[in-house]
Amino acid sequence: MLAFIARRLVQSVIVMLVVAFIAFLVFRYVGDPLAALLSQDAKQADYDAARERLGLDQPFYVQFYYFVINALQGQFGISYRLQQPVSQLILERLPATIELAFASATIALVFGVLLGIYTALRPRAFSTGVIMTGSLVGVSLPTFLIGIGLIYVFAVELKWLPSFGRGEVVQIGWWRTGLLTQSGLRSLVLPAITLSLFQLTLIMRLVRAEMLEVLRTDYIRFARARGLSQRAINFGHALRNTMVPVITITGLQLGSVIAFAIITETVFQWPGVGSLFVNSVAAVDVPVMAAYLVFVALVFVVINLIVDILYFIVDPRLRDGARTGK
Amino acid sequence: MTEPVLSIKDLVVEFPFRDDVFRAVNGVSFDIMPGEVVGVVGESGAGKSMSGSAVIGLIERPGHIAGGEIRLKGERIDNLPEEAKAKLRGKRIGMVFQDPLTSLNPLYTVGEQLVETIRTHLPLNEAQARQKAIDLLTEAGIPKAAERIDSYPHQFSGGMRQRVVIALAIAAEPELIIADEPTSALDVSVQAQIIKVLKKLCSSHGAAVMLITHDMGVIAQTADRMVVMHHGKVVETGTVGDIIRRPREAYTIKLIQSIPTILRQEHAAAPAEAANDDGAYVQVKNLVRDFEIGKGSFTKLLPGKTEIFRAVNDVSFSISKGETFGLVGESGSGKSTCAKMIVGLLRPTSGQIIVDGHDIWAGGKGHQERRKRVQMIFQDPYASLNPRWRVADIIAEPMRTLGIARNRSEVDDRVAELLRRVRLDPSVMRKFPHEFSGGQRQRIAIARALSSQPEFIVCDEPTSALDVSVQAQVLDLMSELQSEFGLTYLLISHNLAVVRQMSTAVGVLHNGVLVEKGPTDAIFDNPQADYTRMLLDAVPDISKVA
Amino acid sequence: MTDLPHSPEQPVVAVETSRWKTFLKSDIVWSYRHSPVTIVASIVALLLILMAVFAPLLAPYNPFNPATLNLMDGFTPPNSTSFSGKYFALGTDSQGRDMLSTIMYGSRVSLFVGFMATLFAMVMGVGLGLVSGYVGGVVDAIIMRVADVQLSFPAILIALLIFGVARGIIPPNQQEGAAVWVLIVAIGLANWAQFARTVRGATMVERQKDYVSAARLLGVNPIIILLRHVLPNVLGPVLVIGTISLALAIIEEATLSYLGVGVPPTQPSLGTLIRIGQQFMFSGEWWIILFPAITLILLALSVNLLGDWLRDALNPKLR
Repeated sequence: MLAFIARRLVQSVIVMLVVAFIAFLVFRYVGDPLAALLSQDAKQADYDAARERLGLDQPFYVQFYYFVINALQGQFGISYRLQQPVSQLILERLPATIELAFASATIALVFGVLLGIYTALRPRAFSTGVIMTGSLVGVSLPTFLIGIGLIYVFAVELKWLPSFGRGEVVQIGWWRTGLLTQSGLRSLVLPAITLSLFQLTLIMRLVRAEMLEVLRTDYIRFARARGLSQRAINFGHALRNTMVPVITITGLQLGSVIAFAIITETVFQWPGVGSLFVNSVAAVDVPVMAAYLVFVALVFVVINLIVDILYFIVDPRLRDGARTGK
Repeated sequence: MTEPVLSIKDLVVEFPFRDDVFRAVNGVSFDIMPGEVVGVVGESGAGKSMSGSAVIGLIERPGHIAGGEIRLKGERIDNLPEEAKAKLRGKRIGMVFQDPLTSLNPLYTVGEQLVETIRTHLPLNEAQARQKAIDLLTEAGIPKAAERIDSYPHQFSGGMRQRVVIALAIAAEPELIIADEPTSALDVSVQAQIIKVLKKLCSSHGAAVMLITHDMGVIAQTADRMVVMHHGKVVETGTVGDIIRRPREAYTIKLIQSIPTILRQEHAAAPAEAANDDGAYVQVKNLVRDFEIGKGSFTKLLPGKTEIFRAVNDVSFSISKGETFGLVGESGSGKSTCAKMIVGLLRPTSGQIIVDGHDIWAGGKGHQERRKRVQMIFQDPYASLNPRWRVADIIAEPMRTLGIARNRSEVDDRVAELLRRVRLDPSVMRKFPHEFSGGQRQRIAIARALSSQPEFIVCDEPTSALDVSVQAQVLDLMSELQSEFGLTYLLISHNLAVVRQMSTAVGVLHNGVLVEKGPTDAIFDNPQADYTRMLLDAVPDISKVA
Repeated sequence: MTDLPHSPEQPVVAVETSRWKTFLKSDIVWSYRHSPVTIVASIVALLLILMAVFAPLLAPYNPFNPATLNLMDGFTPPNSTSFSGKYFALGTDSQGRDMLSTIMYGSRVSLFVGFMATLFAMVMGVGLGLVSGYVGGVVDAIIMRVADVQLSFPAILIALLIFGVARGIIPPNQQEGAAVWVLIVAIGLANWAQFARTVRGATMVERQKDYVSAARLLGVNPIIILLRHVLPNVLGPVLVIGTISLALAIIEEATLSYLGVGVPPTQPSLGTLIRIGQQFMFSGEWWIILFPAITLILLALSVNLLGDWLRDALNPKLR
C-alpha cells in the first residue's frame, strides 16, 4: 500500500510540474510582464533594468526554476490589475470559495446519492420518470440561468433571501467566515443550491447507472438464487459494489465544484477566488490566472490522492494487488 | 411410488417483443425424483436455461411464465407471490451458475458470503454458521478451509471458486440443485473434478440435481436420466444410456451423430510421416515467446527489472503438405500465442517458422510469401467479420489487398465462386454479417480465408463457439475443402474429440511446453506423457456413458 | 444452408429488401416512433435551427442596423405597438431593438459557435482516440493522461483559460474579429477529451476483434485498418457524445458570453442577451431576459433529449 501511494505521489508531482510549466508559459509569454510594471513613457534603459531585476534575461529553464521555487513559497508576483501580491489576493478570498464549495458539495453528495439509489431500485416507478426527466432539464439549464432564476423568485419576488454578497462575516484569525452570522447563512443558501444542482444531477445519474449495472451482474443473480432478502441484496451487495466506481468520479466532481464556483460567484457577486479569476481573464491579469491554475491543479491532485486511498479501503482486489506489487 | 421433487408440466415461458411474442419454453414437462441427477441437454436457444430460471423464479424481465405449472414436492410454486418464491430460493432450491469468476461478489470474503447465506436460512449464530461454512468448504474440496475462509474470491482459481459456489448452493440443504452449465467455463481437467464434487455433495446432502448443459459428454458421465430439448420443446426423455445408445427421435439421432468422440475413428486418416521431417511443408523450430508483465506503459519507461512470463517455450513441430496437425491444450497453454506467431500477428522472441521453404519472419520477402500462403480461421464468428461490411467486401478484402483480382466483375465472380464452395448461395453477398447464424458466419469466414488462395490455414478453435450439429457441418466442410484444394491445416483446439476426428498428427501443449507429439492414434491410444493421460482421462466423452 | 438457426431473432431473409425499407424497420426508427418526447424534442430543435439559419430572411427587423433603430421604441412590452407605431411580438430592449429579431440572430451565433466547437472537438478527439487506442503504449499513456487531467477540470475553466491566453496573444485591434474563432477553439479544446476517451475505449475493444487480425495478417496498412475497419464501428458512441456535447458547447458559449468574455457585444449571442437582460430584471422589464433564456433552455434541452434518446436507442440493453 505504501508503495502504491508513493507511486501516486510521484505521479501527482509530475502532474503539478506540468501544470506549473503551463502556468509559467502563460505567465511569461502572454502579454508583456513589463508593460504592466512600467509607465508608458519608460525608456529602454528602464526596460533593461527591470528585465534584469526580474530575471527575465536569464535562460528559459532558470526562469522556470525560479518560478517553481517561488510558487512553492506561494509567491506568484503582483497582480497587474489590483497591484497587490497575488498570494494575498487569493488567500483573502479563499474562505468564501471554500465555504461555498463545501456547502454545495454536501448538498450534491447527499441528494445525488440518495436519488440515484432510489431511481435505480425503482426503475419503473412514475416518480423515477419524473426525477430522471427533471435531471435532464437540470443538465440542460446553464448554471448562471439557475442562479438568475433563483434570484428572481426568492430575492426579487418573494424577498426571502439576499440576492448577492456574503452578508455579515466574522474574522477568525486570517479566516473570514460567513457561517456564524444569520445574514451570512442566509446569503449562502441560494449560491450553494445553484452550485450544487449540476453536480447533483451528475452524481445521481452516475450512481443510478452504476447501480443498474451492478444489479445486472451474475453475483447479484446468484445472491438472489441463494435466497438473500431483497434488502440484503440491494443495500449489502449492490450498494457497496456501486460505490467503488462512484467514489472516483464523485471525488473528482466535488473537486471541480471549486472551479465551477467561477460562474456562481459571478452571478451572486460572491467575493471568492472564482470571481477574482473571471475578472482577471477579462483584464488579462496574467499572474492571477497562472496562480489560479496552479491552485485548482493542487486541489485536483489532493482529491485524487484521497480518492485513491479510499479505493484501497473499499476494494480488496486492489489491496491485494498492492501487496504483491502488481 | 415416491413423489417427485420437481414436477414440471406444460411449462410455457414467453418474451413479449415489439409486435409478437417469443416462446422460449413451449410446453415442457418432466419430473425429477429425490436424489436423482437429471440432465437437461440442448443446443443454444433450446430453452434449457430458461426452464431452470423458471423453476427458481429468476426469469429476467420482460420474460414471464405464461402457462403450465411447476410443483416442488407436490406443492405448486410457479404462481407464488415474489416473497414466497424468494423464501424457496437457497432454502429449498439451490442454484449453480456457469461462470465462477462472476458468481461471487468480489468485495466480500468467501466466509462472509457463506455465513450470510447460512444465517438467512438456518437458525445458527455467527460462530456456528462459520463452523458450518468451514465444513462445507472442506467437503467441497477446498484445502485448509479454516484458513482460506477469510480470503476474497479473487484469491481463488476458477475451479476453486466453482467449489465455493457449489458449497453456497448446498449451504441450506435444499432438496433440489439447479446447475446451469456448471463446468462450461472451466478447463477439461478442472471440469472433471467439479462434476465429481457436485455429484458427491448433492448425494451426501440428499439433493436432486437438474443439470443443464450443452455438453452431452458431461451428461453421459454424470446424469441418471436426461431430457433432450430443442426449440423450447422436449424432444426425448429417458435414461442416459438409452438415449445415447438408442436414440429414437430424428433430432436426437442427428444430435448424437454430430458429437465427436475421442474413440478411434473408423475412417481415420493414415498416420502422418515421421515428425520433424526437414522437407515438411510447415516447420516450426524452437519457438519461444516471452511477455513482460506487471508494468504499466509509463513505468516501463523507468529502468528496473521486468518480470518475464514465457508463454511459449521451445515448441517445435512440422506438418506435411495436405495434412492436419492438431495442437491441443487448456486455457493458458500458449496455443493461441503459437497461432498468432505462425500467421504473423505476433513476433516470436526466438525460433523460426518456415512455410514452404520461406522463413516467414525473415523480413520483406518472407512477409510477402506468408501473406500469399498462410491464412487463418478464427474462433468467434461474431467478432471475426466486420459488422459494417457487406459479405462481398469481407470476402474480397484478401484478394484486393494482395492484388489477386482488381476489377469489379472479376472480384464479384470470385466471391460468388467462393460462396458456392462453402455451400452458401452467392446471392447472400449483398447482406451484412448480422443476418446470418453462427455456422453461416463461420462459412463466410472460411470463404474469406480461401479468398487469398492460401496453401496453409491456421484454424484457432474454429468450432468452439458453435453448437454441436453446426460444428459437425463446419468440420465436414473443412475436410472437403482440404481435399479439394490440397490444404494444410494447423488445428488448434481444447476439444480432444474434434482434434481426434480431424488430425493426422497431434501435439499436446501444457504451460507453453509441447509435452508430447506424434501420430493421432498413437497419442490417443497410447499416451506417454502424464499430462496427456490425465487429459484423456478427465475429458467428459459421450463414450464414457455410465 | 442447412444450419440450425441460432435463435429466432436472426432469421435468414431470403428476399432482398431495399436499404430504405430495412432502415424503416430498424430498432432506431421503432424507438423514435415510440418516444413522443423525442419527436417533440427533434421538432423543437429543427425549428430553432431553421429559425437561426434563415434569420436574415425571417427576422421582422434588422436589429444591427442603426438606421432602423429608434431609441424612443425602447422598453416596448411584448405584443404591443411602440411609440413609433411598429409592432413588436416579443417587445424591445433598452435601445429599441426587436427582441424576436435579436433572439433569431443571437441563436445564429450560439448555434454556429456550438456546431463548430463540437466539430473541432470531435475531429481532434476521435483522431487522438483512434491513435491512442490502436497504437497503445507510451503514446496512449500520454494522450490519456492529458485527457484525464483535463476531464477533471470543468470545461468552462479550460475554455476561460484558453480564452484569456488568446486575449493576451492576439493584438487588441484584431480581437473583435477573432473573438468568435477564439471561442470556438477554446470550447473545442475544452471538450475533446470526452471523445478521445470513448473512442479510445471502443477502439481497444475493436482492435482485439478478429476481423482486425484478419486484416492485419494480410498486411493491410494500419491507417486503412483504422479508417475502414475500426472507425465505422466506433461511430455509434461518437454520435451520442457529439449530440450531448453540442448541448454542452451551446451552454458553455452562453456561459462565457454571460461572464462577459465571449463574443463581442456587436454580435450578441443568447448568453450576451441574458447578460444585458439581467440589468433590467429588477426594474420590471422581464421580457428582455426571459425570451432569450427560454430560447437557450429549449435549445439545450431539446438537443440533450435527442442525445439521451440516441444513447438508449443505440444501446438497447441499458434500458
